[in-house]
Amino acid sequence: MSTVTQVDPAAPAGSTHPLEQRRPLGDRVFAIVALGSGLLVLVILVLIAVTTSQQAAPWFSSEGWKIFTNNWNPAANQFGALAFIYGTAVTAIIAIVIAVPLSVGIALLLTEVVPYRWSRPIVYVVDLLAVVPSVVWGLWGILVFAPWVQHIYASIASAVTGVPVLGFFFGTPTSGASFFTAGLILAVMISPIVTSLSREVIATVPAIDKEGAYALGATRWEMITGAVWPHSQGGVVGAVLLGLGRAMGETIAAALVIGSSATITSRLFAPGYNMPAVIANQFGEASGTFRAALMGLGVLLFVFTIIINVLARGIVERNARKKRGG
Amino acid sequence: MAVVSAETGRPDLREAKGWRRTKNRVMTALMVASFVIVLIPLGFVLFTVIAKGASVISWQFLTGEPIPPIVLPADVGGMWPAVLGTIEITALATLMAVPLGILGAVYLNEYGGRNWLAALIGFMSDVMTGVPSIVMGLFIFSIWVLHFGFSGLAGAFALACLMLPIVIRSSYEMLRLVPNSLREGSYALGATKSRVTATVVLPAAIGGIVSGALLAVARAAGETAPLLFTILTVTTANPNVFSGANTSLPSQIFANANQPYPGAQDRGWGAALTLIVICFILMIVARFVTARFARYQH
Repeated sequence: MSTVTQVDPAAPAGSTHPLEQRRPLGDRVFAIVALGSGLLVLVILVLIAVTTSQQAAPWFSSEGWKIFTNNWNPAANQFGALAFIYGTAVTAIIAIVIAVPLSVGIALLLTEVVPYRWSRPIVYVVDLLAVVPSVVWGLWGILVFAPWVQHIYASIASAVTGVPVLGFFFGTPTSGASFFTAGLILAVMISPIVTSLSREVIATVPAIDKEGAYALGATRWEMITGAVWPHSQGGVVGAVLLGLGRAMGETIAAALVIGSSATITSRLFAPGYNMPAVIANQFGEASGTFRAALMGLGVLLFVFTIIINVLARGIVERNARKKRGG
Repeated sequence: MAVVSAETGRPDLREAKGWRRTKNRVMTALMVASFVIVLIPLGFVLFTVIAKGASVISWQFLTGEPIPPIVLPADVGGMWPAVLGTIEITALATLMAVPLGILGAVYLNEYGGRNWLAALIGFMSDVMTGVPSIVMGLFIFSIWVLHFGFSGLAGAFALACLMLPIVIRSSYEMLRLVPNSLREGSYALGATKSRVTATVVLPAAIGGIVSGALLAVARAAGETAPLLFTILTVTTANPNVFSGANTSLPSQIFANANQPYPGAQDRGWGAALTLIVICFILMIVARFVTARFARYQH
């Protein structure tokens, strides 16, 4: 703490000295404890990076750049992880493509359409989606949803076989537990957070802009595209990135419904694998380089999500500052 | 379009017609539809869990032990080890994360103010909420389990790491809402800063802080990934949270979900219903606390 130049309101009455010298011991201890608790966040983040990288080092040193090949065969001591990185990207993108329009739609519904007394219950219901634990989504996904959706996949696949682009993405083989099932369940799981962040951003649009648009005779939709959207674009992009980070790291639901097959394929209805799922499923029986490889996947996941979150939070904060006029 | 009509000299305030009206209505309908679409999976999940779980849950299921092998039907043994483990581990994690989180928020709002360190900590704690829960599990595995072995304590560490940034964020938002006049009034009476914080600021914000902490607990109670490699999965109750492998409801659901045996699946559904009820109760209590005790709200 630096020296106090102004009169500090917390200094005891009659004090002419800088605060530090007159402050009772307990007061200083409390300040230090509070500072320590704050610093704990930074300490934990650094420790995560250091300790997991240490554990993962044998993977990086034994495989080198081969970690980015598509060759995962623990029995033969080959640990190329490209299939998992690919699966993580594919499922997260499916989740985002489905969740974002729905979430922005709900956010607009809450802020621009329904009256206040209706918006509360809607928020509660959407938040319930986030309260249902990941493993329960997974349980439902594998025992109820996957068997049911399997037939739909099969009929779509047979309908599009031979069609140029559609066949490439939606053709056979199909399976109830697949990239697409995982993407759908992730979409449902991330929509509460994308909704609440978009809603916060959209709620900051000044009423005068909206009223101006209405005064010019705009319909509600024209008001949204003309007044709300330009104002909240940046913040919504931040919300989408945060949703992407969540979708990448969500583990247990994906581990149960993704199909557990380390393959790279364009077929979205085929079983696949992603990084968190392979860690969850295989870490228990892993040792040596195998364990290091799974730990390394955790490090990659940590790095990816940190980058995405820093970007997203940066965008959200810059947007909020711009609104305050700073 | 508010065209001024020639005959009357007044603006035409009637609703826009034709394509513009249709588009507006279609878009509004799509917004309502997006809410209905997310309701469907929620309703579907809750219905299935209740329908399949209710027939499994009994006093015996909740308090019996040990957890039987997967091939046996669900009316043998019980889930007590998992129920006990979830309570022990979540409670211990709460004891660690909530006080530290509140103190961290106190630093951010009361001490840090606008300096760079507080800004950095605030930013990184938001970033930390996005760290995948499985990474927290791997972290505690490498820093604790490798040296001291599996235990409920290790699981609690991992859950506490998840809860900490959530508690910091929600407590910080609540402290920010406390009006400065309260602080200034107490300073004017000669109170020290720690005194003002502990006896005036925190009590004023306590409703919101407790509610935020309960939501963090609800989130932690349902987490599986951080527990997989920190507590292991055992079948008998382990009341000692500080040593020896343990188990929890989410771990049991995960272990039973992929099994072809009807008994295992039934156990999964029963455990899922128990877990959902616990999480929902926590959330409802949080809402109640906010409504009843929060003096300042958004």
